[in-house]
Amino acid sequence: MSAVTDAAEKVFDLRAVPLREVNRFLHHDLGELRRVRIEHPDGAHSIAVGLDAPVRVDIAGHAGYYAAGMNKHAEVVVHGNAGPGVAENMMSGMVRVKGFASVAAGASARGGLLVVEGDCGLRCGISLKGADIVVGGSVGSFSMFMAQAGRLVVCGDAGDALGDSLYEAVIYVRGTVKSLGADARFEDMTEADVRAVAGLLARADLPHDPRTFRRVASARTLYHWNVDANQEY
Amino acid sequence: MKIQREESWGYDRRTLDYIQHASATGLYEIRGLGAKRAVPHFDDLLFLAASLSRYPLEGYRERCTTTTVLGTRFATKPIELAIPITIAGMSFGSLSAHVKEALGRAATECGTSTTTGDGGMTEEERGSSKTLVYQCLPSRYGFDPDHVRRADAIEVVIGQGAKPGGGGMLLGQKVNPRVAGMRTLPEGVDQRSACRHPDWTGPDDLAIKIKELREITDWEKPIYVKVGATRVFNDVKLAVHAGADVVVVDGMQGGTAATQSVFIEHVGIPTLAAVRQAVEALEDMNMVGKVQLIVSGGIRTGADVAKALAMGADAVSIGQGVLMALGCNSESWIRGAKADGSRGEHVPCTDDYAALGTAPGFCHHCHTGRCPVGVTTQDAVLEQRLQPPVGARRVRNYLKTLAMEVSTVARACGKQNVHHLEREDLVALTVEAAAMAGVPLAGTNWIPGR
Repeated sequence: MSAVTDAAEKVFDLRAVPLREVNRFLHHDLGELRRVRIEHPDGAHSIAVGLDAPVRVDIAGHAGYYAAGMNKHAEVVVHGNAGPGVAENMMSGMVRVKGFASVAAGASARGGLLVVEGDCGLRCGISLKGADIVVGGSVGSFSMFMAQAGRLVVCGDAGDALGDSLYEAVIYVRGTVKSLGADARFEDMTEADVRAVAGLLARADLPHDPRTFRRVASARTLYHWNVDANQEY
Repeated sequence: MKIQREESWGYDRRTLDYIQHASATGLYEIRGLGAKRAVPHFDDLLFLAASLSRYPLEGYRERCTTTTVLGTRFATKPIELAIPITIAGMSFGSLSAHVKEALGRAATECGTSTTTGDGGMTEEERGSSKTLVYQCLPSRYGFDPDHVRRADAIEVVIGQGAKPGGGGMLLGQKVNPRVAGMRTLPEGVDQRSACRHPDWTGPDDLAIKIKELREITDWEKPIYVKVGATRVFNDVKLAVHAGADVVVVDGMQGGTAATQSVFIEHVGIPTLAAVRQAVEALEDMNMVGKVQLIVSGGIRTGADVAKALAMGADAVSIGQGVLMALGCNSESWIRGAKADGSRGEHVPCTDDYAALGTAPGFCHHCHTGRCPVGVTTQDAVLEQRLQPPVGARRVRNYLKTLAMEVSTVARACGKQNVHHLEREDLVALTVEAAAMAGVPLAGTNWIPGR
């Protein structure tokens, strides 16, 4: 079942309409419509994937794997928790998770902003390629593994092996870090870092003092093959 | 005085060289191309053509179909190819943009597909390829939903025959500004790709990932799953379970732009054994004809293609063979040839091979980026040695030759369609090949292990 409300918002009920039909509508039939609400997601996978238009999509509940995957231009809000790979490979736009996010949040994302108001599971920001991620809570182990570009702001704590094998991506952490991964190191916060964190917190609507964050970046010792690195690769 | 020259079998000159290189440098060897060791291969099989018990077709007169359709299981827009020979995934980065364009042109002329690689999709290859398969790799370098939408099929790469279980490798000398930009990497970095996908783990997750790709493409495009040949029977079953339209199995003879020699020579199983296991997996699941099988890894000749089809493959994929068609390991490169077929001048380049410490016929130095014939390079000068029209013509000729050889064999076996070749048409020359391929030793009814 779907309906267009007075405020030009189309509503889909995923208990009545197949996901394939909803995604197809979002890909091809939006026209001038700028708001879509998806009710009863019930943890379905691949909701609102592959969007390519400046539309706001509200997912009214918990989403399964890959919510808003490969997003371009759209603003997607998950009013609940999100499963693995939320906003994976996002190119632009914004994805906000009001609850918690599972593993691999924002994996390989190349642009846009992912905000998770709660905690994230393992491997948050793995393979990140240019997007920004702001996490209101804490992130699990191996977050930002092999992240290449982009920024992760963690308002809570980070697990083990944070930033293992980083390239040019940067991490800002407010709480404790259980351990750093290979080639990751703490660096001094510059004024540019403080401004960057302040800007990202403002966009995420999370009220923290940017000066309370620490910066983690690559020591760049693994950029070139190093015979003495042993198992550090 | 007589010099004794009794060479040790266990510590021959090659092994001595390996030990002494390792002890001098503390480094393992990294190189390109595929396995150099002899393993049971399609050369160890022979066809039983028609005679009194079978009826042959006229070689040049009677029709023998080569049309190949891939992706019929779930995709609403399967791919139809004119020949059962496709061009394997090879990255822009390992290959030059000229080469990617040449491959696209050749594939289009032959009515077949080409495939992207670990560097994303270039405009050169999309523009020149009528049918382009877009790889989704663990690294996700340059992965772009616009390219997903522009592709004709998606290939989720789990592994590669040259290095199953390992990620890609592109040494810094090939990571020029364009390659670095496409991969979001610092220029000149020794790039080591991930070996696992970032957003899924295991076959149940893969099933969900495939559904995401289907949702993004509105269930139109075929989804391939490519595995490096190791535990093929189980892997093919899991790929089918995960929802693949097409499974690509890449044997250990498959090539690479760069990886450790220990991987190339010692990891994975021969293509011959892999095909049989893959077909048995499809048979076991009653999926023959529903899920298509593409086989790659050391496919060189029309005979190899025909034997792979007879064993149950729907198509093959070729990487190294097309590079050699482009001039890989040639003594010269071609200057001044035109698209209209006018012949150019062969320019000798053995000195360039020597500068790499090798010679034509022995070169596997793709990893250096100093390819003497301009194929596996990102160097602006060397790249000019392979011009797209020249390369396209050579690859087209090669693919055409292979396709004609396949139909020649098929006609001799009495088949009006190359896909009608069957295991019953084959025998093996060696006990090992008979056991791996599951066909009788020539002149006997004996299949080892059956």
